[in-house]
Amino acid sequence: MRRYFGRKLLIYGLTFFVAVTINWSIPRFMPGDPVQSMLSRANISQPEAVEAMRVHYTNLFGLDLPLWKQYLNFWGALLKGDLGISIWLFPTPVTDVIVRAVPYTLALLIPAILLSWVAGNRFGAFAARRTWLDNTVLPVGYVLTATPYMWLAILLAWALGIVAGIFPVAGAYSFAMEPSWSPAFLASLAQHWFLPFASLFLVAFGGWAIGMRNMIIYELEADYVHYLEALGASRRLVRRYAFRNAILPQITGLALQLGVLVAGALVTEIVFSYPGLGHLILQAIQNQDFFLLQGTFLFVVIGVLIANFVIDIVYVLVDPRTRTGMGGAA
Amino acid sequence: MTAVPTARREALHFALRNGKLLAGLVVVGVFLIAAVAGPLIIDYGPNDYVGPAASPPSGEFWFGTTTFGQDVLAQFVYGLRATFLVGILGGGLAAVIGMVVGFTAGYRGGLVDEVLNMITNIVLVLPALVVLLIINAYLGVRSIGLQALFIGLTSWPWAARAIRAQTFSLRSRDFVDLARLSGVRTAKIIRREIAPNMSSYLFMTFILLFGGSVLIAASLDFIGLGPTEGVSLGLMLNNSARWSALQLGMWWWFIPPGAGITAIVGALYVMNVGLDEVFNPKLREM
Repeated sequence: MRRYFGRKLLIYGLTFFVAVTINWSIPRFMPGDPVQSMLSRANISQPEAVEAMRVHYTNLFGLDLPLWKQYLNFWGALLKGDLGISIWLFPTPVTDVIVRAVPYTLALLIPAILLSWVAGNRFGAFAARRTWLDNTVLPVGYVLTATPYMWLAILLAWALGIVAGIFPVAGAYSFAMEPSWSPAFLASLAQHWFLPFASLFLVAFGGWAIGMRNMIIYELEADYVHYLEALGASRRLVRRYAFRNAILPQITGLALQLGVLVAGALVTEIVFSYPGLGHLILQAIQNQDFFLLQGTFLFVVIGVLIANFVIDIVYVLVDPRTRTGMGGAA
Repeated sequence: MTAVPTARREALHFALRNGKLLAGLVVVGVFLIAAVAGPLIIDYGPNDYVGPAASPPSGEFWFGTTTFGQDVLAQFVYGLRATFLVGILGGGLAAVIGMVVGFTAGYRGGLVDEVLNMITNIVLVLPALVVLLIINAYLGVRSIGLQALFIGLTSWPWAARAIRAQTFSLRSRDFVDLARLSGVRTAKIIRREIAPNMSSYLFMTFILLFGGSVLIAASLDFIGLGPTEGVSLGLMLNNSARWSALQLGMWWWFIPPGAGITAIVGALYVMNVGLDEVFNPKLREM
């Protein structure tokens, strides 16, 4: 088990290293003088802002230093939590901007991922090998999982927000309110949260339901199932065993799908102008705020790595084979 | 020599009777025809200002027009081309990389496998879209080809892992041992002995990679990092959102592009299940 976690942590460490290296090297691949072109692209009118940025860029890139030293300096700044200063919200540090946005993204992502995973698995397991459900509901699952996240978000916003007028379609709370813990504000928060959550949930739900349905069908062909059936075990019992075996690949699948789910949350936030990381990315791109973009990139990577590690732990808890070092699908 | 044709004939027999496969093929085929023929029939460009602004679907403009009087149908058929192109190029490249890495790692084993596996796992954990965001924002992506290139370079890992596992289970079979004993070179063993035995699996992997590329490209286009030249379905969504089609109630602007993507990718997935049933007798419905 120590070997299992050791390997995983090594991979995550290397991944973080690669991510930081990408972050460091891509601006250097940019054709021309990066400092100058960023300053001119940033298009800021305040002279002190331009000067501060020039100093910061030059410090950060340190283009006159040898490459290895530039690289070490980049890591140095990073480990101090210094991701630069946002251009869009000058002069707020990028870290502050991101930390303010992260709760919104997590509030969307975590419930959407967990609920869709649980509900999708249950539903998929239920639908497998029940002909009429399989043939009527599963096509819906395929359509859902093939839907681009932002399109479902747009459809929901249009149908339930604009045409029906039930839900608001922009922001995380009413623009007329100040953030507080009052019931009215919390209600507004929930109201604004529902549609982006629902669109994330639906797309992910389709994928899990189909995955589980396919797994169960494979499991029901396994030897242990035939053996149980031969012993005269009830259908319910057999399905329960099949479910417990089929859930393992679905846990691995959750780890594999994290990137796609995060991407889905980012574009969904953009549709609803929901003030999470996706909204930051859009603003960063529109305002040529590269520090903000790079900072968001690192935050997303760190988040995905942490989530992966949590899933690894869950896998060990669920699958006894990994615990005793007997292998399993580690 | 007779074994191969009968196996093929059997697959064809079940393929022609598989509703899922046929339905998927029909949907993809219809869109493919629209993508190929549409731009030939419509005699103006997708971004030309040809009609009245913001008019709903009518006899003259079947899909209506944008805020600027561009024909949504023209954008749609040109956008379909971009979608198929990104899927074939991006999915194809990812499939090739996945196959090279997967075959090599699975067949060679040992240190080569360790290293390739490590690389695969690292790229697998990195969220592809966010990496693409950084690359596209800095380098700028002008053409659909370039976009597909970057998508292909980031979306191969799960395919590599799956192919590696399959190769692993095939490499100790007798016919592979026999080929190795007769002194056949490694590349040829993989090409002649291993790959043909998982050709259906490889094809299905390509289909999934195709769908994945289309969806990632649509997300990138929607965020505003799409190709700067040309049209795509994702760019249509981007434009409709940017010019408040939602608030103005111009549903004909944002429904077709998303519906097109959903239909194509969904049909591919359904086709995949159908193919699975054709090649795997256990899954055929009795």
